[in-house]
Amino acid sequence: MSDQAFATQLEAIVGAGNVRTRKVDLVTYSYDATADVPRRIPDVVVRPANTGEIQAIVNLARARGIAIYPRGAGTNLSGGAIPLAGGIVLSFQRMNRILEVDAENLTATVQPGVVIEELNNAVAPHGLIYPPDPGTVKTATMGGSVAENSGGLRGLKYGVTKHYVMGMEVVLANGDKVRFGGKTVKNVTAYDFASLFTGSEGTLGIIAEITVKLIPAPKFRRTMMATYATIEDAGNTVAGIIRAQVIPATLEILDRKTIETVEAYAHVGLPLGAEALLLIEVDGMAETVVECEADAVIRTVAEHHGELRLAKSGAERDQLWAARRAALPALASLNNTVILEDATVPRSHITGMLLACAEIGRKYDLVLGTFGHAGDGNLHPTIVADRHNAEEMARVHRAVEEIFQTALQFGGTLSGEHGIGIAKMRFLGGEIGESGLNLMRSIKDALDPWHLLNPGKLVPAREAPHEGR
Amino acid sequence: MKGGELDPKLQAELDKCLRCGMCMAVCPVYAAEKDEAAVARGKIAIAAAVASGDLALDDREVIDTLFNCLVCKSCMTACPSGVRFDRIMLSLRAAIVEKNGLPWLKSAIFHILKQPARLDTAMKMGARLQGLVFRDNPGYRAISPRSPFAMLGRDAGFGADRLFPAPSPRPLRDRVPEVVTAPRAKMRVAFFTGCSFQYFYPETGLDLIQVLTENQVEVVVPQGQQCCGTPVLVHGDAATARTLARTNIDVMERSNARYIVTGCGSCGSAWQHEFREVLREDPAYAEKAAHWAARTYDVSTLLTDVIGYRRPTGAVDAVVTYHDPCHLKKSMKVAREPRDILRTIPGVTFREMSQPDACCGSGGSYGLTHFDTSSDIARRKAADAAGTGAGTIATGCPACMMQLLDGTHRFGNGQTVRHYISLLADSYRRTAGIA
Ligand SMILES: Cc1cc2nc3c(=O)[nH]c(=O)nc-3n(C[C@H](O)[C@H](O)[C@H](O)COP(=O)(O)OP(=O)(O)OC[C@H]3O[C@@H](n4cnc5c(N)ncnc54)[C@H](O)[C@@H]3O)c2cc1C
Ligand code: SF4
Ligand code: SF4
Repeated sequence: MSDQAFATQLEAIVGAGNVRTRKVDLVTYSYDATADVPRRIPDVVVRPANTGEIQAIVNLARARGIAIYPRGAGTNLSGGAIPLAGGIVLSFQRMNRILEVDAENLTATVQPGVVIEELNNAVAPHGLIYPPDPGTVKTATMGGSVAENSGGLRGLKYGVTKHYVMGMEVVLANGDKVRFGGKTVKNVTAYDFASLFTGSEGTLGIIAEITVKLIPAPKFRRTMMATYATIEDAGNTVAGIIRAQVIPATLEILDRKTIETVEAYAHVGLPLGAEALLLIEVDGMAETVVECEADAVIRTVAEHHGELRLAKSGAERDQLWAARRAALPALASLNNTVILEDATVPRSHITGMLLACAEIGRKYDLVLGTFGHAGDGNLHPTIVADRHNAEEMARVHRAVEEIFQTALQFGGTLSGEHGIGIAKMRFLGGEIGESGLNLMRSIKDALDPWHLLNPGKLVPAREAPHEGR
Repeated sequence: MKGGELDPKLQAELDKCLRCGMCMAVCPVYAAEKDEAAVARGKIAIAAAVASGDLALDDREVIDTLFNCLVCKSCMTACPSGVRFDRIMLSLRAAIVEKNGLPWLKSAIFHILKQPARLDTAMKMGARLQGLVFRDNPGYRAISPRSPFAMLGRDAGFGADRLFPAPSPRPLRDRVPEVVTAPRAKMRVAFFTGCSFQYFYPETGLDLIQVLTENQVEVVVPQGQQCCGTPVLVHGDAATARTLARTNIDVMERSNARYIVTGCGSCGSAWQHEFREVLREDPAYAEKAAHWAARTYDVSTLLTDVIGYRRPTGAVDAVVTYHDPCHLKKSMKVAREPRDILRTIPGVTFREMSQPDACCGSGGSYGLTHFDTSSDIARRKAADAAGTGAGTIATGCPACMMQLLDGTHRFGNGQTVRHYISLLADSYRRTAGIA
């Protein structure tokens, strides 16, 4: 598909140093962080420096019928950045400038390659934060997290990426550059394009610039951990906290398997035999309010027979967080393949979903630990398996399918934050139905009739599986 | 070279990589180049492609990429899956050397040095490295004469364009008796000097000895000790590394010392980890390597945690920041102790930089083969250090001292670079009225 002449044309756009065609380099763009999905080596990797270069690349690719796969840091968990049909990987690693921090309007404008934490470092001196905090804040890019509409640990109180995107500059498949939204708090001009492109997983347009909302950094916080003899008690605590009208910044849960694995791995002093653990953090601008909220949480934990540990210092807070931070590493240490799902249910069904996940693990005889964002119903049932064992992997696939079905039965969704990509595409119809699929196809066809942008992802092809371009 | 020729243990290690990309947050090479092939995740993918036969290990491009790594182990501290990336990198490099031999590696390294203008600097730096391993070394013949350093730097001098300490005309071990006694000695330790103290920073080595004797510790500085082998090991020359490890162990076995003390992260790490690894299957030495691994301390740990050092009273007026040497922090897990020591020195105002444990860019021949990236890493470090306003950058590894000295000279504001032990020694001397 790609040839030397094509590479030369790309070099004319971005400069010779920013076109990669050596096989060693291409191999390193054949994957993202998703386990158990196909990989493919792209034909070329291009690193544009600005919107104009992106437009020129899009125009060239369209003329040649070559697919474009946008890529930030390649940390997504749904196969979104994998170049399924070869073609071009469009890497934003050079577009990593923070264009403006406007402390008066509480906004920042960034290029897509800016790493989330770098934005937070830049706004911290103004006493501000950009709240969306996926587990990958230190690596994931703003472009990638907007394209995935990423969530994170503070989602319950502070929302997810879409709540912070105010404006964008986007390059469409036809080569047009469109700017919409901006720094105004209110804006109802035209369609709500920011919502359309947020979470579009690189299938509708290429995000070249983003303006986001910032908020003042909370000044006080209280952190605690509670362990439970039953999952029900933990689930009821979650419901009870919300009923007490406290919205914690963080309300995380670990199930028995995860607790055991974390303790064996990190020796952080978790009670073995506990069925569930909650990590709770309340924060705010006023100390009295935060203390009141903490008291309400403490009472609720006691009502539901939880054993409480309260952090009295920064060091103790770190200790409590250590258990949550170790969840993924600990599970990962058990085998070579980690399938990290993010089925999400209305939070009233957290208990049911946790029990169901554990049961599915037993049923398919798999190592399955569940942890996640209990406060917003977003769980991470995590299966650890051996990718070289075909029989076990077949059981994994059946288990994953059953997890999705269970989530849907509880009125939940396939994905709370990791996106659909290739990993969950075939389950999409189960949630949104044929009419929903058709709506997606119509939008895709309207914006990208050539199926140039990230083909084979998110939007299932009409009949036969799409071959890409 | 096809997959079958790689160590099966390597495949299991490669399998552990989740492709999560957490290593991107800390890899100094990636921070500078922002290319996936720069970071551990990318290199593991390349290694996996070699193992499956999709790429050839003796492909020049593969070699280029595998050598674009400082083996600083930063990625290992961020890795949720516990991938032992150093083992992966070292066994791949060793496989290259095993298959194609060292002369071939030498030409591959020269290939990386694409610009001829760089060759001159490279030769000079090569000479520095060569010096580290060979210069005046009584064990010269024990080292494989085919080592790339011998060929890279032979007969080249040191240049004025880069600021490196000239090798001292009087190496450390020529200046001290083999046993330095201490009044009312409570303990006897062996000082493994490593090449950098021996040839470039003998004064710092003397400071270290002084601090120990003032704390009633008798110091043996065994003659016959040799390079720790890290520089050759990272270039795939496992055979030489093994020879050096055995000789060093023999020397220590004769020393009658309770502990080995080091003042260099790479040397200490070699004793704690690398010797055990390279001698794992050596029946005569595996146990000895394990014995000494458990008895090797960075001098800061010995002072703070083992003997409880005498608190300094002499004022050393300086604003000091501290750089964590990669091998000291990430391999030996020593980070608190040097800071504790610095904080107890009267007159010292301690200021942390924002990323004290970001690699300084030193790393064997890396500065030689990857001049631009290494400069970029040094530039970041210099900027971070300058941001603290400190006039003194303290660290705990002579190799870092060299790199920091060069970095502050080129990109910083000429701060003083000291080993933390020298600041402590200064303070003791003030008390004694010597300085
Ligand atoms: C250990 C771990 C923990 C994680 N924790 C969380 C979590 O808590 N919450 C959460 O939500 N996610 C989490 N994730 C998933 C992942 O980190 C996020 O999806 C992240 O935001 C992806 O950013 P990225 O820069 O890596 O994007 P990539 O993976 O590179 O790309 C993601 C998608 O965006 C597209 N894209 C990238 N840049 C652009 C652009 N400029 N324009 C258009 N499309 C673009 C790509 O084509 C792809 O479809 C986690 C992942 C890992 C490995
Ligand atoms: S050892 Fe250092 S340079 Fe090499 S990949 Fe790891 S972090 Fe990067
Ligand atoms: S952090 Fe570890 S597991 Fe993750 S990509 Fe890097 S090497 Fe692989």
